[in-house]
Amino acid sequence: MAAAQRPITLSIAALGGQGGGVVTDWLVLAARRAGYIVQATSVPGVAQRTGATIYYLEFFAQSALGADGREPILALMPSPGDVDIVVASEWVEVGRAINRGLVTPDRTTLIASTHRDYTISEKMALGDGRANSQNILAGATAAAARLIAFDMAAIAEKSGGRISAVIFGAIAGAGVLPWTLEHFHEAIRESGIGVEPSLAAFEVGRQAALAAIGGGLATVIPAAGEAQSPAAPFSTALAAALRQRIAAQFPAELQGVLSRAAARLSDYQDAAYASLFLERVAQILALETPGRGSAQLTAVTARSLALWMSFEDVIRVAQVKTRAGRPEQIRQEVRANPGELVRVSEFVKPRVEEICATLPAGLGRFMLGSTRAKRILSCFTAGRQIPTSRIGGFALLRCIAGLRRFRRATLRFQTEQERIELWLQQIRSVAAADYALAVEIAECQNLVKGYGDTHERGWRSFSEICALAAGLAGTSKGAQQLRALREAALADDTGARLGQAIAGLKLSASV
Amino acid sequence: MAERSFAKEVQSLRLEAGALFEGEGILAVTKALLQSGVGYVGGYQGAPVSHLMDVLADANDILAELGVRFESSASEATAAAMLAASVNYPIRGAVTWKSTVGTNVASDALSNLASAGVIGGALIVLGEDYGEGASIMQERTHAFAMKSQMWLLDPRPNLPCIVQAVEQGFELSEASNTPVMLMMRIRACHVVGRFKVKANRRPPFTLQQAMDHPSRTFDKIILPPSTYAQERAKIEHRWPAAVKYIRDRQLNEFFPADSADVGIVMQGGLYNTVLRSLERLGLADVFGNSKIPLYVLNVTYPLIPEEFVQFAHGKRAILIVEEGQPEFIEQAASLFLRQADVQTRIAGKGPLPLAGEYTGAVVLAGVRKFLSEYGHLPEQTKPLLPAAALMSAPVATPVATPVANVPMRPSGLCTGCPERPLFASMKLVARELGPMQVSADIGCHSFATLPPFDIGGSIMGYGLGAAGGASFNMPNKRRALSMMGDGGFWHNGLTSGIGNAVFNRHDGVTIIVDNGYSAATGGQYIPSSTVEIKGRRAKNRIETAVRGVGVEWVRTIRTYDMKQTMSVLKEALQTQFIGPKIIIAEGECQLNRQRRVAPAIRKMIGAGKRVVRERFGIDADICTGDHSCVRLSGCPSLTIKTHPDPLRRDPVAHVDNSCVGCGVCGEVAHAAVLCPSFYRAEVIVNPTAWDRILHRFRAAVIRLLSGPPAKEA
Repeated sequence: MAAAQRPITLSIAALGGQGGGVVTDWLVLAARRAGYIVQATSVPGVAQRTGATIYYLEFFAQSALGADGREPILALMPSPGDVDIVVASEWVEVGRAINRGLVTPDRTTLIASTHRDYTISEKMALGDGRANSQNILAGATAAAARLIAFDMAAIAEKSGGRISAVIFGAIAGAGVLPWTLEHFHEAIRESGIGVEPSLAAFEVGRQAALAAIGGGLATVIPAAGEAQSPAAPFSTALAAALRQRIAAQFPAELQGVLSRAAARLSDYQDAAYASLFLERVAQILALETPGRGSAQLTAVTARSLALWMSFEDVIRVAQVKTRAGRPEQIRQEVRANPGELVRVSEFVKPRVEEICATLPAGLGRFMLGSTRAKRILSCFTAGRQIPTSRIGGFALLRCIAGLRRFRRATLRFQTEQERIELWLQQIRSVAAADYALAVEIAECQNLVKGYGDTHERGWRSFSEICALAAGLAGTSKGAQQLRALREAALADDTGARLGQAIAGLKLSASV
Repeated sequence: MAERSFAKEVQSLRLEAGALFEGEGILAVTKALLQSGVGYVGGYQGAPVSHLMDVLADANDILAELGVRFESSASEATAAAMLAASVNYPIRGAVTWKSTVGTNVASDALSNLASAGVIGGALIVLGEDYGEGASIMQERTHAFAMKSQMWLLDPRPNLPCIVQAVEQGFELSEASNTPVMLMMRIRACHVVGRFKVKANRRPPFTLQQAMDHPSRTFDKIILPPSTYAQERAKIEHRWPAAVKYIRDRQLNEFFPADSADVGIVMQGGLYNTVLRSLERLGLADVFGNSKIPLYVLNVTYPLIPEEFVQFAHGKRAILIVEEGQPEFIEQAASLFLRQADVQTRIAGKGPLPLAGEYTGAVVLAGVRKFLSEYGHLPEQTKPLLPAAALMSAPVATPVATPVANVPMRPSGLCTGCPERPLFASMKLVARELGPMQVSADIGCHSFATLPPFDIGGSIMGYGLGAAGGASFNMPNKRRALSMMGDGGFWHNGLTSGIGNAVFNRHDGVTIIVDNGYSAATGGQYIPSSTVEIKGRRAKNRIETAVRGVGVEWVRTIRTYDMKQTMSVLKEALQTQFIGPKIIIAEGECQLNRQRRVAPAIRKMIGAGKRVVRERFGIDADICTGDHSCVRLSGCPSLTIKTHPDPLRRDPVAHVDNSCVGCGVCGEVAHAAVLCPSFYRAEVIVNPTAWDRILHRFRAAVIRLLSGPPAKEA
């Protein structure tokens, strides 16, 4: 028994609709042209419906057949330690392939796209549920003999082809299959569907793989999970007075966030409103101990406060939807070609509460208290589609946006300012005794978001948690416990986990 | 039109004798059927043999040329019963389905078929849906073979062996007057390989001849005393005949090796996996030359005692590689050796796990354990390959450290699926009226049992959603709900669920999802498909059928209209009417719709015609990142991205370019009073002159009215 040549083994993990089957077909055609015996299998089934599908191929050179012409026995599934090439068409699938043991440092070339196609659990989280992409990079670097990773979805998009062709190109570029470029090209031509765009996308995929191998293309991992949003640079879209004030009164590390926040609030309301923001932040900054190093409480409060002060009322929504430049942004978003026209309709469904909140405070409160008034208002709460690319629809929203100058008189504004003051007061009163707890209270703003019921649920969670915060001050684990409550509030949208967490906390307190 | 068209591939069914066939396993099976002179073919779709049905449907013209009758059966029971043609006539018949679910459905007919016996070869091609990628409960087909005494082939998973198994299966069936099952695992069904073809054969005895010269004998009828005689015939004649054929024709294969005092027995379907394990251990080469003797069971039922005794003779131990449980083969082998007083030890479930798929890693670990126990691990042999380093490492542990927190990627409804608004409506109605008892069914709608919908507490079988809710018929403040798909409805749900509910005055609500296809199995046509199909009669309305069995309360809704859907759901749950309430939820399968519509639209655009393309979008500045919309939708095109505003940390909802503009985002936003972030964009391709004038005028006025641009810099 001679130490015969082994088959080359290749496993592809692709998502439904990415064309893993197409890549497999191309590989089969190319292999035959290159004089290889090829066996391909797949496990589709229900996984085709948005799940991940595994394709597996083995190649064996005809030239390595013995004199008797006996064909090799090829395996039907990838086995740990026995895979030469692993292709993952999405970044989390890299993690899955590693966890299945298919990527091993002694032999596996890992070819992967760094883009993310988020799973349902990541998408439906109440906050940021995204998996940590850096973890996967660390795993891939450790597990693979060679890693070739780049954003295949993005370059497919740019080339006007499909990701399947980019993947095929990357496999060719990786140089792991001993075939000529012509073999790959012929496979695409022979399959006969969308040949030209596929050849173009193949080429960019191949070039990107070559660049990645040569070190000319760094593996860029999308920010997600524990990664923070990009740091805010100093905003230039800000009135000179505000800019100078920020530069003069606040430490350098806060200036980026503050200038951005001030710009946001100037846009949202006016410069005076932005000044109010800076005053509020200054009060928190005064509580920082000079020796502490970083002004964490101020940073967190400032960011949260800016978002809270720019609460999304009807006026804000109308303002965003009638901005100059929005039609052009939408054209880009929906990929309208030159010469094509785009019509836009907005889906709005104001509730009685939103309508009343936009009225002058006294009137709004009265209307909310009156069943009759509410009944009349409910005639205006049907779900509507407002055509903002028509003059009437646009003008309507523009008028609503124009109510901005009266915003300070509205019920919503007054309610929010009262709530903000109480929250800031609580932060200030807790900060001296329990700095970490104060930071956690400042973070709680993130619970209050959305519109309608979502907003009310968030506010309920916020209120319940903040009511408990006072009692936690000064205890050794206060901040930790408050953080746990906040995470519980974000665990589901029924409040069940938060209820359990609060009950647990009260129980432990009473023992 | 099924999800995948084989119109091009089926041309290889016409290949001349001696030509090289290159293609997928199921296509090879079809070719093998034609080479065997099959007279009729039927079956029911389901992975992994859905494509076999698709191939047959696409090959109908070729089948007709050869005088072969093909039918897309109403259920597996129908398909199995079709084999009755081989009971009295020398006609070869083949049927196919997904096993074990389809075999369960077909059991009644199969038992009677096996009892009566056949004179024409009867072959049942089974897609064994076991292990990775399976979508059903994990059981073995083997037990069916044993209980009815039908023979079970499990050939080596390469095209020449599979093709040969089809041909020999017919012969075995005729030699032993017994139906034969041919089992193919998931990967074997999809394996791409090649084989040398023979010429197609017309059936030597045709169905027309049978109809012209009807034949019957009472001893084929399932009534006493024939049934007693049939049972005896199975044992006294058919079984010995089968054993003789299998031995004489050497259906099972022996791969001897000189020295070894151990051997490995395996199901044919696992041969490649076992061989790769031996190769990695340095005990075989890639061409199948093994240092360990192998006994490959291409027929796993009946087993041949003499072959086992012969193989075990003189060996210290044999390992039986038998996937699934219970370990039927191992039990039988123990009996054979005991009866022959052979003292060879038997290992099987022990080194190998009792349950679960026998993957490469599992078999490698088991074979290694067995061989090292008997001193056959080649410590001193030069490793054949670098990965043989694994010999000293525990195989079960992946070499690399696992990556923490890799999220699962469960199956879900496709982009624009018409079932999404239905389940979103159910979720919203449940919020209002309280949680409901929901009995789920098999089909795409079973994905509603997964996040984000989490609807449905049990699945009892295809078309059995309503039957699964039959108990919940008590006076109560909230009625019970059950789901059913149109595929399951025609398969058996009309009688087992709806007819039953009428007869027993069930007061529940059944939702029948009418998407126009057997969508989950790949979009095959069903009796209510709304198209003209050559040779079949579709357009049979579900509503007519349910009224026909006596349902009085029927409502038809368009699922995309969530307002209507919710109001009908509430009406059904709250009406004073006592008796079954049927809601027919209409919405064409989006996958099939796109396949139908997208090329037509491309053609119109190419021809310069005006086309309006719709899709949805989200204003990132308005979305606050709570993702309520995702929790009511789960659409693949409704995703998330990093918020463009650095002040915000939570990702913002985002509609990607795969959006087909089904409208559900807008409906959900309204129905659940979510948020005003959503907009619908209509892109007018090839606008008319009037479009352009109007647009220019509006844009000019809007520019005048516009607010300042966003200032974030």
